[in-house]
Amino acid sequence: MARREIGLTLNGVERTLEVEDQVLLIELVRGLGLVGTKLSCDTQVCGACTVLLDGRPVSSCTTLAIEAEGRTVDTIEGLADGNQLHPIQQAFIDRFAFQCGYCTPGMIMAAKALLDERPHPDAATVKHWMEGNICRCTGYGTIVEAVLDVSDPSRVLPAPSAGRGAR
Amino acid sequence: MRVAGTSAPRTDGIAKVTGAARYAIDLSVPGMAHVIVVRSSRAHANIRGIETSAAAAAPGVLRVITGADLLAAGLTPYYGHVVLDHPVLAIGKVRFHGEPVALVVAESRREAAEAADLVEVDYEELPSVTDAVEALAPGAPVLHEARGERVGDEGMDGGEAGLAGNVCSVAEFEWGDVDAAFKTAPVVVEGEYRYPMLYGYAMEPYNALAFFDQGDLVVYSSAQHVYMVRRDLARMFGLALARVRVIAPYVGGGYGTKSYTKVEGMTAMATYFTGRPAKLDCSVEEAMLTTRSDSALIKARSAFTKDGMLLARDFEIIMNSGAYTDNSPLVNQKTANRCFGPYKIPALRVRATSTFTNTVPASSLRGFGAPVGNIAGELQMDEAAHKLGIDAVELRLKNLVGPGEQLLPGKRGLDADLKDDLRCLSGSLGWPGTGPGSVGLGVSASDAGAYPTSTAAVRIHADSSVTLFTGSTELGQGSRTVLSQIVAEDLGIPLDTVSIVSGDTGVVTYERTTGASRTTTVTGRAIQEACKDARLRVRELAAQVFAVPLAAVEDSLAGVRVEQQDLSYGEVIERWFGAGGEVLGHGAVRKADGFAMMPPFWEIGCSGVSLTIDRETGVVTIEKLTTIGDVGFAINPALVHGQDAGASMMGLGAALHEELVYEGEQLVNSNIVDYRVPRFSDIPKEVELILAQRRDGSGPYGAKGAGEGAGNTIGGAVASAIGRAIGIFPHELPATPERVWRLMRATEDAQKKR
Repeated sequence: MARREIGLTLNGVERTLEVEDQVLLIELVRGLGLVGTKLSCDTQVCGACTVLLDGRPVSSCTTLAIEAEGRTVDTIEGLADGNQLHPIQQAFIDRFAFQCGYCTPGMIMAAKALLDERPHPDAATVKHWMEGNICRCTGYGTIVEAVLDVSDPSRVLPAPSAGRGAR
Repeated sequence: MRVAGTSAPRTDGIAKVTGAARYAIDLSVPGMAHVIVVRSSRAHANIRGIETSAAAAAPGVLRVITGADLLAAGLTPYYGHVVLDHPVLAIGKVRFHGEPVALVVAESRREAAEAADLVEVDYEELPSVTDAVEALAPGAPVLHEARGERVGDEGMDGGEAGLAGNVCSVAEFEWGDVDAAFKTAPVVVEGEYRYPMLYGYAMEPYNALAFFDQGDLVVYSSAQHVYMVRRDLARMFGLALARVRVIAPYVGGGYGTKSYTKVEGMTAMATYFTGRPAKLDCSVEEAMLTTRSDSALIKARSAFTKDGMLLARDFEIIMNSGAYTDNSPLVNQKTANRCFGPYKIPALRVRATSTFTNTVPASSLRGFGAPVGNIAGELQMDEAAHKLGIDAVELRLKNLVGPGEQLLPGKRGLDADLKDDLRCLSGSLGWPGTGPGSVGLGVSASDAGAYPTSTAAVRIHADSSVTLFTGSTELGQGSRTVLSQIVAEDLGIPLDTVSIVSGDTGVVTYERTTGASRTTTVTGRAIQEACKDARLRVRELAAQVFAVPLAAVEDSLAGVRVEQQDLSYGEVIERWFGAGGEVLGHGAVRKADGFAMMPPFWEIGCSGVSLTIDRETGVVTIEKLTTIGDVGFAINPALVHGQDAGASMMGLGAALHEELVYEGEQLVNSNIVDYRVPRFSDIPKEVELILAQRRDGSGPYGAKGAGEGAGNTIGGAVASAIGRAIGIFPHELPATPERVWRLMRATEDAQKKR
């Protein structure tokens, strides 16, 4: 099997790696221990494997590693600055925008690509942009709220409803 | 209360947003071999032979394993928590397309996959049956010539007598004179209803990593019920329970689909036969061939007085349960218990038959039985209201069981106020529908919580911080957060000084299952008992330190008061030991005391929708979704909202899109392109998540379970809203655009003929 050397910038670090032609980008990053990127549908419809290639979201399950030659690749592991969470990560925690967390790395990377390109999207834009990411736990509402929070930090978190007590 | 009742941030937040959380699928150990499953290309066939030599000789291959190898090694090659009939690998016969037939274990996954293509199975084809009604007909091919050994009671109350042919199990009961009631009733509605075969699509596919360590079998997997899997594995290998350790780290979605054993047995066999740590990762397509939920055909009729009082109900249910027993008897029994609704019914007859077919084995999925039965039970309330000219909410209010009243003989009285919940729901949705949207709603009460065996342990350390041990698995529902809140509340300590260890049978205390919305209620109570026990131990130590009778020591918020002094737990521990030390508290609950009556609690479903329909295309748009989370007390309101939002969205998937489709012997949409789950574009335009907190549950602080209820009524509610809009109630889910469009054409044609 053909092997070749590729150069890429992975989470801000320039790397030279030897890869086989048929290796997928998800296999490359997970093989390097960056297992935050998750495989699920394996057919480019669920978004769990989303990484950023030159800042654009791609499904790493259906992208060849050699396509990353000379480009930047960003995974969930590169997002926080040391122990300082990225605002999108903090918003996901504040809004309870995940449950099992399996879709979350891909979801956050897709949101980052959106906010880098359009820092102040409206709710319809968020939904449209994130259509390629599936979550089975949350029902999506809290994810939209989290992304909108980052675009507009003045948004106030509502107190969870006090609900309906005995009368 | 200080901590309980607050939306404390999730304990697993940072791990999950940074990608640091390790799921079983992320794990590897040095020297690990990889397993690929060879699957049946026939739905029903005898295996004449399996040619493995070419595969065994392929590069990198360590071993090819077949069912015959398992038998030759003297292992128990079957699993199942109710009936021991599910072979780890096919033994002599395959019973569904996609059934595991052999394992190829190799140095790399790619080598295993390439060698798997070289395994040749010689099949002698048998007639097959994929439809449950056909499977019950005389002369149908029979899947199981002999029945497996009974090893559990779940859903088998009626025993095995009378189970013949393809009948997996039967649940039936009756009270009152049903036939007489139907003969004389002024108003009767009847019909046939169909609920689809579903795939839960937990996004982390089934996987496991297994190895032996000092003779102990160690298995990491994506399992919900680690102790149930431990029992299956111990039986397979003839090991003591103590010699099997099952660990579920972070789990990528469960929803019932990861209850009970899936790929753990195959992975353990791979390590047993090769002596190497073994890893088996299913693809999503393989996961779809592993477990699905039952589809159902429900014949139902309901009799009413002229003023809308229920006289009788009669349900005949046929469940398509697939090739093996798994959890089907319990799903079947719950469908029987949950179909007729939380109503006062003078005469009732229910008969549900779980049926073997040559399809993927069915097992648990969120709320099992409740959404299935609900479409018949609740839709008939709407159809009756229409026929009687009575408002459908009024009709329900007339018939609903009140707080404390009995729904099923011998069961716990209803621990909820459904009438108030329903009024609240109808108010939120603008019933009967003043805007452009058509409103549909429904109620349900599920006998939830499962068998209430639960234990827990708390260790109080020398600085008064606490480690909680629980066998309950964190699936994303937020159990680690809620259970930590209970510890912090009951021991009076800050939440950030509580650590939790869960889901590892080698370390944590016994928990029967993580399902049926039981964790907060049942496990939570065991944890409260453990906290009480730990406080008692600390008081005992303090009494010895001060040389006073135990009665002279009192509990304080986070320690004791003795001889006019306040001491923290840690101070007592250090003074008793002299240096270091800790206190261990153990708690247990069982089917006694607060849980003497089954079910441990009733899980309430009370949710509905307002929707519009595109008359040209049949596409349904959800304008508003409302859920009433009747949880007694929300220990973490944000997490309850998360359960309600998630369950109702999953309900919308089943109502509008999701269905596994068999054409001939094969599942034709075993991928996430053709099996469409809800996406961002399916978010209802408006969502209102309301909590009902009356402190009427049997769990901590009056809490009861959430997680299934909000989704249970969604299918029926969507069908009801569509029916109210177009004049004919859909009896089959999902209500796809094509089905809705055809119903609209049928009503238009009928009107033209008039």
